[in-house]
Amino acid sequence: MKKLFLIISAFMIAFSMVSCSSEPAENSGEEDEDISVQTLTVSDPEYYTKFKDKGISINVYNWGEYISTGADEGTLDVNSEFEKLTGIKVNYTNYATNEELYAKLKGGGASYDVIIPSDYMISKMINEKLVQPLDMDNIPNFRYIMENFRNQAYDPENAYSVPYTWGTVGIIYDTTMVDIPEEEIDWDLLWNEDYADQILMFDNPRDAFAIAEIMLGYSLNTENPEELENASRKLTQQKKIVQGYVMDEVFDKMGAGDALIAPYYAGDALTILAENEDLNFVVPKSSTNLFIDAMCIPTSARQKEAAEMYINFMCEPDIAFANIDYICYSTPHQAAFDMLDEEVRESHISYPDSQFIADKTEVFVNLSEDASFKMQNLWTEMKSAEDETTNKWLVPIFLIFCILLMIVVLIRRHIKAKKDIF
Amino acid sequence: MKLKYFSAPYLVWMVIFIVVPLLMIVYFAFTTDDGNLTIKYISDVGQYANIFVRSIWLSLIATAVCLVIAYPVAFILSRMDKHKQGTMLMIVMLPMWMNFLLRTYAWMTILGNNGIINHLLNLVGLDSVKLINTSGAVVLGMVYNYLPFMILPLYSVMEKIDKSLFEASADLGCNSLSTLIRVVIPLSAPGITSGITMVFVPAISTFIISRMLGGGSNLLIGDLIEMQFLGNAYNPHLGAAISLVLMVIILVIMTVMNQFDPDEQVLM
Repeated sequence: MKKLFLIISAFMIAFSMVSCSSEPAENSGEEDEDISVQTLTVSDPEYYTKFKDKGISINVYNWGEYISTGADEGTLDVNSEFEKLTGIKVNYTNYATNEELYAKLKGGGASYDVIIPSDYMISKMINEKLVQPLDMDNIPNFRYIMENFRNQAYDPENAYSVPYTWGTVGIIYDTTMVDIPEEEIDWDLLWNEDYADQILMFDNPRDAFAIAEIMLGYSLNTENPEELENASRKLTQQKKIVQGYVMDEVFDKMGAGDALIAPYYAGDALTILAENEDLNFVVPKSSTNLFIDAMCIPTSARQKEAAEMYINFMCEPDIAFANIDYICYSTPHQAAFDMLDEEVRESHISYPDSQFIADKTEVFVNLSEDASFKMQNLWTEMKSAEDETTNKWLVPIFLIFCILLMIVVLIRRHIKAKKDIF
Repeated sequence: MKLKYFSAPYLVWMVIFIVVPLLMIVYFAFTTDDGNLTIKYISDVGQYANIFVRSIWLSLIATAVCLVIAYPVAFILSRMDKHKQGTMLMIVMLPMWMNFLLRTYAWMTILGNNGIINHLLNLVGLDSVKLINTSGAVVLGMVYNYLPFMILPLYSVMEKIDKSLFEASADLGCNSLSTLIRVVIPLSAPGITSGITMVFVPAISTFIISRMLGGGSNLLIGDLIEMQFLGNAYNPHLGAAISLVLMVIILVIMTVMNQFDPDEQVLM
């Protein structure tokens, strides 16, 4: 027994030594490539001194991994730069889904000053008065936001939100196994029976329905029950060739070659592409969903002006660049875009040409309660449709089982009662 | 009399963290957003009947498989030398030290289309088998994750069975089969009941196992509830209604189970 421990610990030590010795080597290599240290210059330093030494703090609630933290050598730590500049303390916390954010705000348990929800959630929050109009005089840097991304359907007058990042939905596929030229790839690839059982699909109704709606030529925000039913039928057709309905598992499954084709968001696709060089990402020519995450201030915010200052700070060219460089999504910020490497700016994945964005993409807005309930039901129906054949006997067997069980119990009780008499 | 006061903190704890949340679920299930009373959500649960049936079915299978596997294991464990028992118990518990998600995640790589099992099959020259994203994989995940919950109560009951009882039963002319049926099973019945409860209840409300191993097309009640609170469906009222119905179903099943609790059968 003791010998075994010795051997194991010897292995462990050996391992840790190997990993120790390899890490510094890697680091030094990186440093050679990238010596430039990013510096921060702000356009109007005067503006940021307003709350200095007042001991104010703001609560920022953002997606995970969605801000530059200075973890990489030479990049900016956005929150601590803001604290240094303005003297306002930033309490920074994360959420994982729009719904989690919504539940927190609706529940009223916590007060946040800056939040970054996605398009459809912003329109939902505007409808329910969970976010308040911004005072654009306090956010002069809004001028950097590209014309394309202002006044979107979710916030038509752009009174409530300042766009932070955007992206499109496209198809990731394995170029070695899918022999269709890149130009010809469209959404029907996800319905192609040649690749049965090699296709992954979104595991949330909104994104999955959007693809079916594009193929049927409907609006992505349709609330027409008939159109929703047709889309659901389209998805049911696809079901028999779908390997699985996944979200973040796409990273592993595509990275490991477990599946060949999957629709996903452009920013995350870049991460997956970096893992497996056989993969390619295409934004289908016909049409796609454009998603935008934007900064808002909840109605329950305690420090509105400080929050606006934070939003303005996030739109400083240097800061916007640091963030976009870190999170790899696409930026709606003109100055930050100009600072990017040419290679990134020309990338069709991150920045499809603006004509395409203007003509062929559609942003989600919030659906009415009835429509989203309908969609949800169609979705669960579609996902559990597989058992239609097994269903026929499953329910009766279960009922018979229950009845038998009850009979057995009753008989036993009866016998017991008889025994007790004697 | 004074002792009563010591239980006060626990009572307060129970009220705040058990009774109040239960009442909140009931409240949510029967009201709309505006606070009006409604039974709309409860009746909406009806359309998910097949998901309920599947969840119950799969978790019953998983519980049965757990019982079949755990019973001999627990028996062998309880008959070992005392010092060996400790080591063996630790081995049973060992997987539970690892994070639940990680253990399920590992099965994803084992069962995957390019996973370890299929890889080995291909090496031998056999065709790949579809293992992941089936209801079988979901049951496997449940069995793997909840097996220790079946072994431990069985073991702790069996450990207390006196060895001399087996000798007595042999003396009185029982062969090993009738010893099992007439002595071991009746004596371990409380362990069986609590083992079944401890496996069945978490298995029926699990959600991450079906998502990871079922490929999202084997929806269980747990997934449905999760969708109502954290997913796109966001409808806490419906979620609460589903949880309430699930609770009632579990309650009914447990009541039926308890009828088998053979209080009077204990030989002592």
